[in-house]
Amino acid sequence: MHDHEHGVHAAQTETTSPHELRVRAIITLLMDKGLLSAEELRRTIEDMEARTPALGAKVVARAWVDPAFKARLLADAKAAIAELGIDTSAFITLKVVENTEKVHNVVVCTLCSCYPRDLLGVPPAWYKSLNYRARVVVDPRGVLKEFGLELAPDVEVRVYDSTADVRYLVLPQRPPGSEGLSEEALASLVTRDSMIGVARARTPAAD
Amino acid sequence: MAPKFKPGDRVRVRVAYPPHHFRTPGYIQGKTGTVEVVHGAFRNPESLAYGGDGLPKQYLYLVRFAQTEVWEGYPAGSQDQLLLDLYEHWLEPA
Amino acid sequence: MRRVHDRGGWPDAGSIDRSEHDLAMWEKQTDALLRLLASRDKRILRVDELRRAIEDLDPAAYERMNYYERWLTAIENLLVEKGILTREAIAQRLAELAAQSG
Repeated sequence: MHDHEHGVHAAQTETTSPHELRVRAIITLLMDKGLLSAEELRRTIEDMEARTPALGAKVVARAWVDPAFKARLLADAKAAIAELGIDTSAFITLKVVENTEKVHNVVVCTLCSCYPRDLLGVPPAWYKSLNYRARVVVDPRGVLKEFGLELAPDVEVRVYDSTADVRYLVLPQRPPGSEGLSEEALASLVTRDSMIGVARARTPAAD
Repeated sequence: MAPKFKPGDRVRVRVAYPPHHFRTPGYIQGKTGTVEVVHGAFRNPESLAYGGDGLPKQYLYLVRFAQTEVWEGYPAGSQDQLLLDLYEHWLEPA
Repeated sequence: MRRVHDRGGWPDAGSIDRSEHDLAMWEKQTDALLRLLASRDKRILRVDELRRAIEDLDPAAYERMNYYERWLTAIENLLVEKGILTREAIAQRLAELAAQSG
């Protein structure tokens, strides 16, 4: 498809799906009324594409190397994240929850698809799927196993169902073998799924 | 107005299916949990969802429930927890 | 009674399709459209209204539609409800666009 093309008057490709036509109809009607401009739409899509889990990974890596920052992050996420030069003025209320040897957190939204988009971008399809939403609250260990994460029985699993105005981000455990890595190298170990809580952070590749 | 509950308080979730938008999942209704965090006061989504101003604001709480108390079939003896954000008007003292 | 969007513990849910999907342009446009309409500058609608309009979809449609189809249908319904657009104008514009792309 025309991934490079942000305009609504995109050059026609061989087929135009009913959804493409419908969204274009609504957008052009709103433009005719002066309620929306092509420029605003283009900027909003650009912002969406620029917002990726790398942002969350940067926050996690800093928390791994700086215990005082981690404490501030867990106490008041928005204020701590602003310290990193990230603009949090438009952020939704955010709470960071920490995975430890004894506690594993995982996030869902059973009612819709609430997700820490400010730090992770758009949610993956599976996060929004009816099956994930149905199952992770009632059988978290089974779902985590499906994702390849088997937890010991003595680890307490905490499922966060983000039903309201607060978004949750998981602070994964720092992986073994990551001692001495730079903050940048650490950030590359922090995956999207580890910040949702369905996986651990990557372990550094052995040389 | 001050929040009605504080961390550590035991609360029961009201059972209700009002004929409008609300943010309290069915599976947690009637269950008893413990207030973990008082998030502060937020505009009420039950009003915002219809173009209202969401006022008066409602206190929002993070409430923790033992999984074994939420689901009948959850493995006995498990320490696992389920945490949800719930608005004050959905909670009563337990 | 529990409604169709209230999925926690929904019976007989199957395995989770974990394949990754890049959003199509119409999906990005739908997402951006909502964000703009709900932005502080415009406040034409609220995300809470979007949720309500999605929950008010016919249950069978809710189950059948993909994610952004639900959004797009809900946005359209809200714009009509608010008197910003009419069904007739949307149908007419759709016909024009279809003729152009034909």
